[in-house]
Amino acid sequence: MTQPETMQYAIETNDLSIFYGKFEAVRDVNLKIEKQKITAIIGPSGCGKSTLLRAFNRMNDFVPTSRVEGEILMHGTNLYSKQIDPVEVRRRIGMVFQKPNPFPKSIYENIAWGARINGFKGDMDELVEQSLRGAALWDEVKDKLKQSAYALSGGQQQRLCIARTIAIQPEIILMDEPASALDPISTLRIEELMQELKKNYTILIVTHNMQQAARVSDYTAMMMLYEETRSGTVIEYDETKTIFTRPKDKRTEDYVTGRFG
Amino acid sequence: MTEQTNHHPSPPPASFRPSDLKRKLRIGEGAIETLLFILGFLTIFVTVSIVIVLGDQALLFFNDPQVSFREFFMTTQWQPAIGQFGIWALVSATLTTSLIAMAVSLPLGLSAAIYLSQYASPRARSVLKPILEILAGIPTVVYGFFALLFVTPLLRDLLGADKLGVYNMLSAGIVMGIMILPLISSMSEDALSAVPNSLREAAYAMGATPFEASIQVILPAALSGIGAAIIVGISRAVGETMIVAVASGATSKFTFNPLEAAETMTAHIARISGGDLSYNTIDYNSLFAIALMLFLVTLVLNLISQWIVSKFREQYE
Repeated sequence: MTQPETMQYAIETNDLSIFYGKFEAVRDVNLKIEKQKITAIIGPSGCGKSTLLRAFNRMNDFVPTSRVEGEILMHGTNLYSKQIDPVEVRRRIGMVFQKPNPFPKSIYENIAWGARINGFKGDMDELVEQSLRGAALWDEVKDKLKQSAYALSGGQQQRLCIARTIAIQPEIILMDEPASALDPISTLRIEELMQELKKNYTILIVTHNMQQAARVSDYTAMMMLYEETRSGTVIEYDETKTIFTRPKDKRTEDYVTGRFG
Repeated sequence: MTEQTNHHPSPPPASFRPSDLKRKLRIGEGAIETLLFILGFLTIFVTVSIVIVLGDQALLFFNDPQVSFREFFMTTQWQPAIGQFGIWALVSATLTTSLIAMAVSLPLGLSAAIYLSQYASPRARSVLKPILEILAGIPTVVYGFFALLFVTPLLRDLLGADKLGVYNMLSAGIVMGIMILPLISSMSEDALSAVPNSLREAAYAMGATPFEASIQVILPAALSGIGAAIIVGISRAVGETMIVAVASGATSKFTFNPLEAAETMTAHIARISGGDLSYNTIDYNSLFAIALMLFLVTLVLNLISQWIVSKFREQYE
């Protein structure tokens, strides 16, 4: 069942379509996401980028009418097959959201909580320190671990959210416009952090910001709407260099050069 | 570029005069503000008036040579006929029935709220919520007879008729809890639903089960709203009259044993004031002292629950 070909990718989709009720939000997406690389998903507003991203860790399950056709394969297993527990999927595929959303708990507890519910038995202090170091936040918060996470700035909160995600050691981290609510300096720090993280993790990022996609990602998937059905799909997927310098599709070229619409 | 010049904002109209910016008299605004202030002040005024009236009459009671402050607060016999005025006989029954009511309504109401806000499908919600709200519309006298004629016989069958009398605090407390249940559940549900969805998503994205997310993230974040529900619930329980008057007995007794019959402060007020009391007798004045005590008990219980909630709640922005 597991083909060696499959194993070289972190995750891949086969003819993936996502529905909300009768509406087909995303149609026929075929992506093979490389391991330990950063893959950006770009495209105009409302083309289904976030919907696609949220399909990977089954967050769309919480929309009562949502439905998926096709497959998402991780280690050769379809994440949408009946035997799969979505809770286990989310434990292995972490997510960082657009707006920083730390828990209203202490900085320490923000990281310890996820580890604890996932059955972590080791040295919690050490895990908290490692995770905060991993998210380049340790030096700023080491003296106030017992303080509320809400005392941190927006950029620090977002790095805390990254820290709590890496504390449960997922294989893949999904990022849904992680810097769009942050100032340019905080954004830069998040981008630097992503370069560090890709040594150990596969990262999928949705972004509105062309420069950001060009700066941080190794691969880029360009999404666009089908005119007649308003369903989004990936129209081009390639190395980021290629997408931004020699795109094959005219629409991609128009979009990345700012001549879109 | 030529296209852009067409979109320049048009210059201000020639008729613009600096005096247009002058302060204008807006009578409606001022009138509304005054009206709102008066209405807001009215609630304070009514509360203060009640306290003054209670205090004034209670003072007459404490000035009576037959009673002393010390006796009122330090003894546990309430027998106005023989001149014994120990308030704790009535307070104990109020505390016991209220405690039972909260012990019933809090876990049930919170569970219902968690189910409705976190688990229930929109369809299940649309059926369950109206049913819960019907509970809130039942008159308390009906609850009283429900306690006396249904719950008490049931409890007597379960525990043995020798252990439990026809009048007892247990049955009254349980039914009072059922009465408060919709209040607790609907207020708690509002508080739980008000927790931002981003927190829920954060919990799920960390690999939390719905139960872990509800209990460990959503519930603590909603605790200030749930605290308000608890406070309103306690106030209802302490102030509830009809259920305890019907089901809990008409003899004052200092006891915390729920199997016994004992009269609460409210039931005592209702019973005594229903008879032919003449003005400015000691019995009459004692009612105001009890009412003042009732006020105090509610206040203290509210402060305690507020303090407990503030210790455990996790505040989001």
